[in-house]
Amino acid sequence: MSFLSPPDRVDLSVPSADEVKTTTCYMCACRCGIKVHLKDGQLRYIEGNRDHPVNKGVLCAKGSAGIMQHNSPARLRKPLLRTGERGSGEFREIEWDDALSIATGWLNDIRRTDPRKLAFFTGRDQSQALTGWWASAFGTPNYAAHGGFCSVNMAAAGLYSIGGSFWEFGEPDWDHARYFLMLGVAEDHASNPIKIGLGKLKSRGAKFVSVNPVRTGYSAIADEWIGVRPGTDGMLVLAIVHELLKADRVDADYLVRYTNAPWLVVRAPGTAGDGLFARDEKGRPLCWNKRTNALGDALSAEVSPALAGSYRLADGREAVPSFQLLAERYLDPAYAPEKAAEITGVSAETIRRIAAELAEVAFSETVTLDVPWTDWAGRRHATMVGRPVAMHAMRGISAHANGFHTCRAIHMLQMLLGTIDVPGGFRFKPPYPRPAPPAVRPAGKPGQTAPGQPMKGPPLGFTTGPEDLLVEADGTPCRIDKAFSWEAPIAAHGLMHLVIRNAWAGDPYPIDTLFMYMANMSWNSAMNVPETLAMLTDKDASGSYKIPHIIYSDAYASEMVSYADLVFPDTTYLERWDCVSLLDRPISDADGPADAIRQPVVKPDRDVRAFQDVVLDLGVRLGLPGMVNGDGSAKYPGGYADYLVRHERAPGIGPLAGWRGADGESQGMGAPNPDQLKRYIANGCFWHHELPADQRYFKHANKSYLAFAKSVGFLGSTDPIILQLYVEPMQKFRLAAQGHGPIQPPDRLRARTERFFDPLPIWYPPFEHEDAAAYPLSALTQRPMAMYHSWGSQNAWLRQIHGANRIYIGRRLAERDGIADDDWIWIESRIGRVKAQVKVMEGVNGETIWTWNAIGKRSGAWGLAKDAPESKRGFLLNHLIGDVLADGSPNADPVTGQAAWYDLRVRISKADGVPQSEPRFAALPRPPGAPEPARLLRHGARFRGRV
Amino acid sequence: MTDLPKAPGAKKLGLVIDLDICVGCHACAVNCKQWNDGGHSAPLTDLDPYGKDIDGVWFNRVHSFEAGDHECGRTVHFPRSCLHCETPDCVTVCPTGASYKRAEDGIVLVNPDTCIGCKLCSWACPYGAREFDEVDGVMKKCTLCIDRIYNETLEEVDRVPACVSTCPVSARHFGDLGDPDSAVSKLVEARGGIDLMPELGYRPVNKYLPPRTPKRQAAAALKPSEEVAAKGILAWLDRALSR
Repeated sequence: MSFLSPPDRVDLSVPSADEVKTTTCYMCACRCGIKVHLKDGQLRYIEGNRDHPVNKGVLCAKGSAGIMQHNSPARLRKPLLRTGERGSGEFREIEWDDALSIATGWLNDIRRTDPRKLAFFTGRDQSQALTGWWASAFGTPNYAAHGGFCSVNMAAAGLYSIGGSFWEFGEPDWDHARYFLMLGVAEDHASNPIKIGLGKLKSRGAKFVSVNPVRTGYSAIADEWIGVRPGTDGMLVLAIVHELLKADRVDADYLVRYTNAPWLVVRAPGTAGDGLFARDEKGRPLCWNKRTNALGDALSAEVSPALAGSYRLADGREAVPSFQLLAERYLDPAYAPEKAAEITGVSAETIRRIAAELAEVAFSETVTLDVPWTDWAGRRHATMVGRPVAMHAMRGISAHANGFHTCRAIHMLQMLLGTIDVPGGFRFKPPYPRPAPPAVRPAGKPGQTAPGQPMKGPPLGFTTGPEDLLVEADGTPCRIDKAFSWEAPIAAHGLMHLVIRNAWAGDPYPIDTLFMYMANMSWNSAMNVPETLAMLTDKDASGSYKIPHIIYSDAYASEMVSYADLVFPDTTYLERWDCVSLLDRPISDADGPADAIRQPVVKPDRDVRAFQDVVLDLGVRLGLPGMVNGDGSAKYPGGYADYLVRHERAPGIGPLAGWRGADGESQGMGAPNPDQLKRYIANGCFWHHELPADQRYFKHANKSYLAFAKSVGFLGSTDPIILQLYVEPMQKFRLAAQGHGPIQPPDRLRARTERFFDPLPIWYPPFEHEDAAAYPLSALTQRPMAMYHSWGSQNAWLRQIHGANRIYIGRRLAERDGIADDDWIWIESRIGRVKAQVKVMEGVNGETIWTWNAIGKRSGAWGLAKDAPESKRGFLLNHLIGDVLADGSPNADPVTGQAAWYDLRVRISKADGVPQSEPRFAALPRPPGAPEPARLLRHGARFRGRV
Repeated sequence: MTDLPKAPGAKKLGLVIDLDICVGCHACAVNCKQWNDGGHSAPLTDLDPYGKDIDGVWFNRVHSFEAGDHECGRTVHFPRSCLHCETPDCVTVCPTGASYKRAEDGIVLVNPDTCIGCKLCSWACPYGAREFDEVDGVMKKCTLCIDRIYNETLEEVDRVPACVSTCPVSARHFGDLGDPDSAVSKLVEARGGIDLMPELGYRPVNKYLPPRTPKRQAAAALKPSEEVAAKGILAWLDRALSR
């Protein structure tokens, strides 16, 4: 007997939604536009918004799993007050009014006596325009987000060099690049834009080279994978620079027009002016003008500057163009490919070939766009001509103790090839470029903080010399994290990773309350987790916690919740008003500025409040300036949504740039528009201004773009932005270390400041690499694409992709040590050991082992069963990474303070015993009120009546 | 046992998957899960979703493989779903007619009302494309998003499988592989698209585009500048440059 196809019973046109609402994804930091399909009030489907500038309709695995994030059983339900010992996870539920009263009590006492005793640090938050402003109004300099352990090296190196940076302030020209060099990028930063770009680039036949110790994800589709030794990329880049200089394959025209290559640098060793730019009486830098054979104004369009030679200044001192210092340094045989090969493990032949390929594409395959444009000096150009070499770099460069200089080296290479904001190169995303560095100084010096007073200025900014540091007269840091002190003079993002240790030690002073948001500082965002837990729970002789109060806000039962005294439950990203602001971390693309909002697409079914609403509420209760009216009433009674529309940071400038002005027709600047949020919603919850074609390249020197940028408040003037090959502020710190000026480093930091504050990029071995005999291997973590930046890898769908992490080992290393797939091994660093299960692979540097980060969970956390694979077999390398070095100094980049967690060195050995990961920590209880997690999930059944 | 269509139409809807640019991000797998969880075969049940033995129904899974040694090797990400074969055993082994191939477009479907959960089809499929729902007791599988591609309540541009519309690198293409002039057929032609395990004779409709040969630029070695070699930094002294 046989059957024929039955009659077709498929219902082909079932509507997917009663209603589709737009908003902005928050499953990672990419911030894509999404369309949320709602059926019977339930989340049916989330897709990318085709009109959105970030993702153009696509959506990644995380964004596609938003339904499970929203419905996670790990969601907190009500404010919690600790009842047991800190870390026990014992709480009772309390009402919001009680929770806010308790917090107000603590914070009022602090503000009345010493506002610095509040340390306010946010993790993966993107409301820093709000939280930084709130900290200033409270009066504490002790504020930052998570940039100090994320990528401050990229931001700082970029902003001091070119006035922009990789990722958020710039992007490769995916449409025109012919050669793409990617360094230290695993699966992240940014998520969808890089994937969209790589698809375009490869389909067009451009060559893609990935420099990364591990071949996963993006590197897997590279035409060439260069498995460099971790922490040595800087030397690789400097050797390429050496080759290019030797072959005279640098773009001298570009350097003269757009960089400080011709600016004269004073050569007067031993004096206070050595290494600084020679300037005229108005402070304008000088060059040697070959047209007049005299000193000239380096900023003038009329000069013909020299790139080499030695010249006499009016005061008799000698000065040379900064390019001469650069070329002298990197032409030295110390930077030859053979030297770099010893350090990087990449053959001299490969380094030479890459240099040749870069030069070939840059100089022989120029891209010409038939777009006339006018430069800063008013000169008309018929076309836009570019050198189509694009570069991108991220965490693998950043999270090393030499990351600032390595990132500077990459930007130097881009400048030498003339590939910054040209067709085919690296493109700025407005509001960048900004002056290098931006003219914002951190506040918090002695005298800038006082009881009951706001701080006049933002807590974070860009120091340009010792006079900008936040230090007492004796050199003691003013901030709890020691940012902007001699420990980390250019700590542009603050140093969240040092807060817990310093607060515990009372160094430089004790604090009262640590207030954190979305920062898992007792687990996967901590360095040296076991010791961090000890510090969070340590008590003084009187039995009081050394960190007296900890307030924490999170949407989920993360590991950090158990270490708080008071917990504010946050909403999920689909339940809130929110803002992705140009004042903060923009979502612009190179074709124009953009910002976005989140709107609540579903109502919370729990007693939770958006963190931003809570912060404003606390501001009202504390009577903070800007948050209350004269009579003490709330200035923004409608909460964060009200603030988004009506708050003005400067006249006409608010959190949102679109549809400003009474009629909603202004952009960038304009009076608050009461209908602004409606206009955003009508446009898909984002605003994007498309730049006209003549403004899309050479933004740093493009008259039309500069005029636009000034008109909308991005820039203070229409002056061109000069790219900084030679970074003078570095030399100012160095001079102080050499004994010049009134503000000098303490003696113990003198030599180190002199060494690392080099105005030109240098390479030095990461500090943790010193004991190569005892710890011969590098150990790295990467975020898997399906979980990169995702706040909650507990997601029921995503954890089916990555439910437990392995330690990946190169085949040759495994064979040498007799290790095979599925074996368990000990991974030991100088501070501890971790037991993990092995997976052998080919595509990894031979002296490196690695794993996926933040898969490992503490038993009982995140709403998972106590025996979930995340805690049984998953693990963190964080337990092995010291927050301080063996000598007690921070395990960090000495320039920016960036946590150097990619510098981890280990040795491995086979492990016996129970096949489970170690160390093991006591299981955390479920918070009160949290539901028993479901044993069966059939979310979609309801939509087909099959519940 | 179940017959294949006696008079199959010319139309052969399917996917073309570009292994040269797939970065293995799992977007297709999760978006598929999301759409189909509430779609034609709803739900895509997950057992023990927050526990030790999590196990769910997925129509599309991504596997990663390495080939070759160290630097010379490569990593390939390989998304796997039903290939909607022209002559599949998964249909012909079905004892109830529940597993069938549509004559009009070639899509292979399962009728849940007549599926008895015997799993013969999953044994017959060499590609591992079938997924058994323990709770419903029926076999489920990729429907090529049949409730999207003909769905008149969706905008026309959205009438493609969820995996195709969401793929960030544009590695997934949907179309009529029975029409030699379709965009997908031309892509297969241009890129030498291949059948998965053709030796088995099931004639998959879906095609995979193999990784391209990596580009190795044959750039001439950089020639040291004679001028720089002779004069060092002063080589740049005589350049006439203007701002």
